[in-house]
Amino acid sequence: MITLTVNGKAHQFNDDGDMPLLWALRDILKYTGTKYGCGKGLCGACTVHVDGQPIRSCVTPVSAIATQKITTIEGLSEQGDHVVQQAWKNLNVPQCGYCQSGQIMSAAALLARKANPNDADIEQAMSGNICRCGTYQRIKQAIHLAADLATEVKGS
Amino acid sequence: MKQIENVSRRGFLKKLGISSTALVLGVQLPSMLTIPKALAGVSTSDKFSPNVYIQIGTDNIVSIVVHRSEMGQGIRTSIPMIVADELGADWEKIAVVQGLGDKKYGSQNTDGSRSVRRFYQPLREAGASARMMLQQAAAQQWQVDVGETSALNNSIVHEKTGRQLSFGSLVATASTLALPAQSNLILKAKKDFNLIGKSDVALVDGEKIATGATTFGFDVELANMQYAVIARPPVLGAKVKSFNADAAKAIAGVVDVIQMPDLVEPAVFKALGGVAVIAKNTWAAIKGREALEIQWQESEHQRYNSDSYKQALATSCDNPAKVLRSKGDVNKALSEAEQVLKASYYVPELIHVPMEPPAATAHFHDGVFDIWACTQTPQSAQSTVAQITGVAVDKINVNVTLLGGGFGRKSKPDFIVEAAILSKQLQRPIKVMWTREDEIQNGYYHAVSYQKLAAGLNKNGDVTAWQHHVAEPPIGSTFSKGAELIGSEADLGLIDMPYDIANVSCAVGKAPAHTRIGWMRSVTNINHAFALCSFVDELAHAKGLDSKANLLAMLGADRKLDFSTEQAQYGNYGETLEKFPVDTARMKAVIEKVSVMAKWGRTLPKGRGLGIAMHRSFVSYVACVVEVFENNDGKIKVSDVWMAVDCGLAVNPERIRSQMEGAAIFGLSLTFFSELTAKAGVIEQSNFDSYQVARYADAPTTHVEIIESDAPPGGVGEPGVPPIAPAICNAIFNATGKRYRELPLNQYNIV
Repeated sequence: MITLTVNGKAHQFNDDGDMPLLWALRDILKYTGTKYGCGKGLCGACTVHVDGQPIRSCVTPVSAIATQKITTIEGLSEQGDHVVQQAWKNLNVPQCGYCQSGQIMSAAALLARKANPNDADIEQAMSGNICRCGTYQRIKQAIHLAADLATEVKGS
Repeated sequence: MKQIENVSRRGFLKKLGISSTALVLGVQLPSMLTIPKALAGVSTSDKFSPNVYIQIGTDNIVSIVVHRSEMGQGIRTSIPMIVADELGADWEKIAVVQGLGDKKYGSQNTDGSRSVRRFYQPLREAGASARMMLQQAAAQQWQVDVGETSALNNSIVHEKTGRQLSFGSLVATASTLALPAQSNLILKAKKDFNLIGKSDVALVDGEKIATGATTFGFDVELANMQYAVIARPPVLGAKVKSFNADAAKAIAGVVDVIQMPDLVEPAVFKALGGVAVIAKNTWAAIKGREALEIQWQESEHQRYNSDSYKQALATSCDNPAKVLRSKGDVNKALSEAEQVLKASYYVPELIHVPMEPPAATAHFHDGVFDIWACTQTPQSAQSTVAQITGVAVDKINVNVTLLGGGFGRKSKPDFIVEAAILSKQLQRPIKVMWTREDEIQNGYYHAVSYQKLAAGLNKNGDVTAWQHHVAEPPIGSTFSKGAELIGSEADLGLIDMPYDIANVSCAVGKAPAHTRIGWMRSVTNINHAFALCSFVDELAHAKGLDSKANLLAMLGADRKLDFSTEQAQYGNYGETLEKFPVDTARMKAVIEKVSVMAKWGRTLPKGRGLGIAMHRSFVSYVACVVEVFENNDGKIKVSDVWMAVDCGLAVNPERIRSQMEGAAIFGLSLTFFSELTAKAGVIEQSNFDSYQVARYADAPTTHVEIIESDAPPGGVGEPGVPPIAPAICNAIFNATGKRYRELPLNQYNIV
């Protein structure tokens, strides 16, 4: 038996410990905000935070998580008002929206690490996230906006 | 338009479904899983439902049905904008309801860039009709002339006295009134629009997407549901010879292994066959599938090898089987030309790769199918499931979830058929999920194409002859086994070549299909425009003319083209030429516009270049200019894309811009990276490592301007894609002097 802590809540997990975290979250624990896109760590749609670090849940077995804390898109903020989420809404970033939970989790992790990333930082941190609809340009803008929003919040 | 029926008194809305997680601004409606099918029963005194798209409750909430599928184009925002504007609804008090598959809505086949194009007028009329009935109800109550009333923010207002009645308070009375005749409908004037044409409307699903609360096809969860993945034939048409499921069944969580019915071509939207693994979770199903041992029979399509197929297409171009447009005498003109320019272009087989692969959940119970799927076409899902399972169409409820991208893949309901077959056999809810490998290796493909062009120039440098030969396997082969000649694909950038040339011949060669050929965003406009817009640019250089000046010169006088005078049967995307002409003046206008945007003609440093291309598709006009530069290591990057679009009246400018930004990336992906190859009938690529698309570092800055227009709304989702590839290659030529005629460019190690 493994105890998985997702968005602050403990869950008992009794299935195969080799199961990628993605499927444990989606099928067993019903956190469907985290998406499947490739199953090989190539597209970033499944990105979640483990102890604050962005990881690809589709290639991370549940057994590797141990006691670390998992944060999914559903738990990024209580009110859906993380600066990244605000910026996303503000700039109408999504098209189909499917990859966006992964994009948002990667962006939030970047901003936690670097408060004011430049374009090169963004390209590097986000290079593992594919958006087939092609929202890259707005995502870059939104990350800059989120950085500004975070600064304002701190400053105010 | 279809006559608007007053269904409120006839209980027509029985199936009007709040069937998907409805957006709701201001209220919380039941979620999809608690109310799987229906809501809005027979209209009563507390529901005013004057047509299939609108329902107003005594709670003053206006429910607007979106009957088209949302796949990123923003239709769940654009349709409510149209209806709410004409109705006078308060945007904060609308509930967006995803329509179930039902032919009462008209076509729900969300492809061909048709949603706004086809439904702008009917949806406005639906809104106007409801508004006029509410006005009449209020006028009766006030005993005033209806002409003294107007609708604003979910209320009818009596202008003289300032009295107001909310829509909700008028429901009972309005429900008893007769529908206004279509000819008596009064539509709003453009100057009075408060939503249509505005750029500040937030995405209806924006909040839910940002919090992970949306439901896509992959996300559907039903009680007692089991998960299925299917081992499909590696070669189209290969049947299962034998299989051993012992190892698969030994895997914890695997519940069952079931052989699917063999595919009998034509493929149409049937299941592909193979062996399904049913499990308690996706991971067990995937592991179970890996453990299957399957022997496949031989298939005639094993002879499909991309290398030799390419050569066969090239040969076929030299022996065209059918001339589809003919003007003057091309052969004579070519033989008499001062100079003849020839070029060949190749675009490989491509695949959609929407971020969400196909997924469908079916629950067969009590003789009824309840289905949830990320489908672009719920009605053809109904009819295909009916045909294959023998269950009547009216017993098949298809709920449309959000689509994690579509691009044409999800307009084929084969994956829904698979779920239906399994659920009927197992008598329980089954979710069929396609892995990325499945999506790439068992898809409906954008046809590989070879094209040969020849042009004759006279002493003055005028183009006197234009010959365009194409060989590509037809979409028709998916529906009629053995079809070898394209049909309506020729309307997409082949026979509608707009340049003013005295002698023209457009012809097609035979090409047998060995995979399922289907539509992909922009369809054959992609390859035809690549050849057409590249070749026109090559002609500019042959003449020593500036590329833009050459485009304008070759377009000739302002005129509306009618290809029927040149023995061409041009479909014009299903529209009349009266309503949606092929207008060279509009072509020139987008070229001029984009040239200003990009400052065409400016001097650039060595290794930088601009390229221009213009293409009309889906009755809209797009011109783009691309700026590229060559790095020190000889790699090409696209820095900027400027796009000028004339799509007629712009209903949702914000989403038009986002579609153009996305089209630039879609076009860049296929220009730089994407290619499928087949070996012995098997697609060799399998995931995003071998089938690549653009990522952040590849993304240019895209600048979009929309031409102000009162013309009827044209397509938006697709027209941005076709001019991108040729504009990039034209820019690379200007930057480096090298002309690339075969895609993708990564084969040349320059990207």
